[in-house]
Amino acid sequence: MKLLTHNMLTSHVKGVTRGYPLLIKATEVKVSEVEFNPQFVSRMIPKLEWSALVQAAEGLGHLNDLPAELVPGYENNEEFLRKVHRVLLEVEVMEGSLRCPESGREFPISRGIPNMLLNEDEA
Amino acid sequence: MALRCTRTCQQYLLHLAQDNIDFRLPEIKALLSLRGKQFCSEENFKEKSPFWLLNGVSEDDVRGLMERSVCAKSAFELWGHGRTHDELQTSLLKYPVEKMAPFTQQETTYKINVYTFNKTLVFQERIKKIDALEFLPFQGKVSLKNPEHIFCLLEDYGSDPNNIPNEPFHVYFGRWIADGQRELIRSHSVKKRHFIGNTSMEAGLSFLMANHARIKAHDLVCDPFVGTGSLLVACSHFGAYVCGTDIDYNIVHGIGKASRKNQKWRGPDENIRANLRQYGTEQFYIDVLVSDSSKAIWREGPLFDAIITDPPYGIRESTRRTGSQKEINKPPEDFCGESHIPVSMVYQLSDIFTDLLRFAAYYLVMGGRLVYWLPVYRPEYRDEIVPQHPCLRLVSNCEQALSSHTSRRLITMEKTKEVEDSDELALLLDSRFRPYRGHNAFREKYFSGVSKRTGRAEQGTPSNGGADVLSE
Repeated sequence: MKLLTHNMLTSHVKGVTRGYPLLIKATEVKVSEVEFNPQFVSRMIPKLEWSALVQAAEGLGHLNDLPAELVPGYENNEEFLRKVHRVLLEVEVMEGSLRCPESGREFPISRGIPNMLLNEDEA
Repeated sequence: MALRCTRTCQQYLLHLAQDNIDFRLPEIKALLSLRGKQFCSEENFKEKSPFWLLNGVSEDDVRGLMERSVCAKSAFELWGHGRTHDELQTSLLKYPVEKMAPFTQQETTYKINVYTFNKTLVFQERIKKIDALEFLPFQGKVSLKNPEHIFCLLEDYGSDPNNIPNEPFHVYFGRWIADGQRELIRSHSVKKRHFIGNTSMEAGLSFLMANHARIKAHDLVCDPFVGTGSLLVACSHFGAYVCGTDIDYNIVHGIGKASRKNQKWRGPDENIRANLRQYGTEQFYIDVLVSDSSKAIWREGPLFDAIITDPPYGIRESTRRTGSQKEINKPPEDFCGESHIPVSMVYQLSDIFTDLLRFAAYYLVMGGRLVYWLPVYRPEYRDEIVPQHPCLRLVSNCEQALSSHTSRRLITMEKTKEVEDSDELALLLDSRFRPYRGHNAFREKYFSGVSKRTGRAEQGTPSNGGADVLSE
C-alpha cells in the first residue's frame, strides 16, 4: 500500500463518524523507485489531506524532509515535488495493518494489499 | 457552418475497422473532445460506413486521434472523392496545387496504394487504377520500399458481400497521415498476458472503454470491480495512474485456481502489478485493495478522473457483497485478522448499478467519466431502463450482442454537478431507478435461453485460453 492510497482511505465501520486518517501499523516497509512525474504529483497535491500525509510518512520514518505545511507555488518547485513523489508513490507498506481511529478495528495489510472487508455486524 | 467548412477547410478521411461498429462514433467523439474538437458530420454521413470524413480539425488533431483510436485503421489528408472515378478526377483537379506541391516535388519519393473495401482486385487492375491517376502532378520518384509520402486510392464497394457491384459506390484519394492503434489488440491480447481470469476483458474492448472514458496522461483512474485488471492495463497504456478494488481476496492476491487451460494453480507473481510490468507501465500502478465496492472505503471528495469497470453479472462469476440477511447480535470473538471470512450475499444486479452510479457521483472530478457494462435481456430492453443519476449525464450507450436474447451495453456517463442532499432524496423517490429491477433475474434468463439451444453452451464453456467467451 502506497501512502497515496492511505491518504484516500477512510474507516467505514458502522457508526464511526471520525474514521480518518487510518493509523498505520507497519511491520514491513519497502521503498522502491518509481519514475518521477511532476505533472501527476502537482495534480494530486490539491486532492491530498496534507497533514495526514505528513503524519503517515513520519510514522513510518520516511518523512523525507516533507514540510508540515504545503509550500505555495509548488508546481514549479521540482525539489519539493520530488519529496512528495517519494512519499506518495515510493514508500510502500508491505505487512502490517490500518487501524480505525475511533473504533479500533484493524484492517490487515499483507503482501502490500490492504483488506478492507468488514464482518456482517460491522458494516 | 459545417457545410461551408467542407469547401474551404482541409478535409480528412478516416478508414475504420468494421467490428464493434456501434462503439466507433462515441470513441471518435470522445477522442476529438480530448483535443477540444467536435465531430461535425456530413449531410450524408453513414455511421456504418468504413469511411468517414472529418471536418474542422487540423493534421495535429488527426495525428492525436490516431495515437489513441482502436476503431480507426488509418487517416488520410483527403485530396478528392466522388461517386465515380470521373467525379474523383473532377474533385482532384479542384484541389489546390499549392497544397499538393510539398508532397509532389521532384526531390520527393512516393508510392500510391489501392485499397478496396468489399472487393479484391488483382494486381493488373490495381496498376490500371494507379495509371489512371497520371493527371496528378507527381514529379518525385516512385519508391515502393521506403517512400517519403504514401498516397492511397480507396474504393468502397458497399457492405453486401453477396452482391458486389462492378464499380465502386464511392472513391477517395488522399495522402496517408497515420495508422490507428489496432496493433494494440494483438500486442495486448489476453492470450499472452501474464495474469488472467475467467472474465478478463479482451484487449480491444478495454482500450475502447479507456477511450470512451477519455483517459489521459496524469489521470487517476479507479476500477471498483477490478478482477485481473484488464481495464487498468488499458488505462495505464495511455499514461493514467490506476487503482482498483475487488471483493475476491484470491483474485486481488493472484492466488488460487488458474483460469488457463493446462494450468491448475496460479503461479507466484500472477497479479495486476505484474501485468502492468509486462507492458512497461508499472510506474502507473497505485494499489489494488480487497474491498466490497458497495462500501465507502474512500475519503469523500472528487478523487478520480475516471471510473471504468465491468461489474459482475453472475454468468462467469458470482455477484457478491458482504453482509448477511440474518440479524447477528453476538459480537464475533475474532474481531480482526484474516481468519474470519465475511459472509457474502447475493448482490442484486439493480443494486450494483445504483451503488456504482452513486459511487461515480461522489468520487468523480467534475467532467470525469464513468464507463461500465450493463447486461440486458434484449426482449425487455428499452432505453429508459438504463440507470440514471441527477449528477451524471448519459454520453453514449452502445450494444454488444451476446446471444439472440442477451446483450451488454457499454454505458458512458459524465459528471455534471456535485452531489447535494436533495439528489439523494430525489434518487430514492425517482422511479427511473426501478425499471432495471426486472433484470435482476438476468442470470436465469441468460441460461434459459442458452439451454434452448440444445446444450450448445456445455461445449463452449470455460477452460478456454482465458478470453472471455461473452465478449467474442
